[in-house]
Amino acid sequence: MSKRRPYVRSMDGWWRKNPFYVEYMIHECTALFVAAYAFVLLVGLVRLGQGEAAWNGWLDALRSPVSVAFHVVFLAVIAYHTYTWFVIMPITLPPIIIGGKTVGPGVITGGGLLAAVVVSLVMLALVWRIV
Amino acid sequence: MMKAGLKRSNAPIFWGLFGAGGMLSALFGPVLVFITGIAVPLGLLLPKGAMSYPKMQAFAQNFIGKSFIFAVIALFLWFAAHRIFHSLHEIGIHAGLGAKLICYGSAFASTVIAAYVLLVLGF
Repeated sequence: MSKRRPYVRSMDGWWRKNPFYVEYMIHECTALFVAAYAFVLLVGLVRLGQGEAAWNGWLDALRSPVSVAFHVVFLAVIAYHTYTWFVIMPITLPPIIIGGKTVGPGVITGGGLLAAVVVSLVMLALVWRIV
Repeated sequence: MMKAGLKRSNAPIFWGLFGAGGMLSALFGPVLVFITGIAVPLGLLLPKGAMSYPKMQAFAQNFIGKSFIFAVIALFLWFAAHRIFHSLHEIGIHAGLGAKLICYGSAFASTVIAAYVLLVLGF
């Protein structure tokens, strides 16, 4: 075994040196919040399967101030995920050609954000009609 | 000519789940958080009892409702697992098999649990 310990430049905090990478790290971190919310829903589903008392216990837990505060944070962060998802989409999608012309990045981002707004309004309308 | 022994990569599957989950959470995430985590608990805006037991049980027994619940929970987690796994490298964690098992394993376990509960809830 060699006793040499060559100098290796530290990469700690590399992303803090450039605003582009700071934004990149922030939008990558939104996944943690998406996962946390999905786990909240998974617990809700399991409680639903256990019957009415268990389900009502889950609803009660959601009413606690701590839970509401967490969900306000989830809402802000996941809405930011929506925004970055559609901002990046022109790069992640293969070129879309309609009528011989490539669809521009602004149209893809705008269309995605519009779709998210429409979906949100339809979901709220559906919840209204369910009752 | 393709080599007969060429191993096909499983990357497209995880990439596909990531894309589907990212899209679903971008479209439905904010409004779902608002409904389940803010509006219903605070009795804000939405009708009272919008998430009462009979309503949610009926929703989870309905084929469309069942599919929606399953897609949201499973795909949100596959999306997050993929993104978190690939971000570990950026913060200096050289992710190996253990990190892979934790990230994708928790998504897989949650998918199985969600499917099981939804099946037991009946149609």
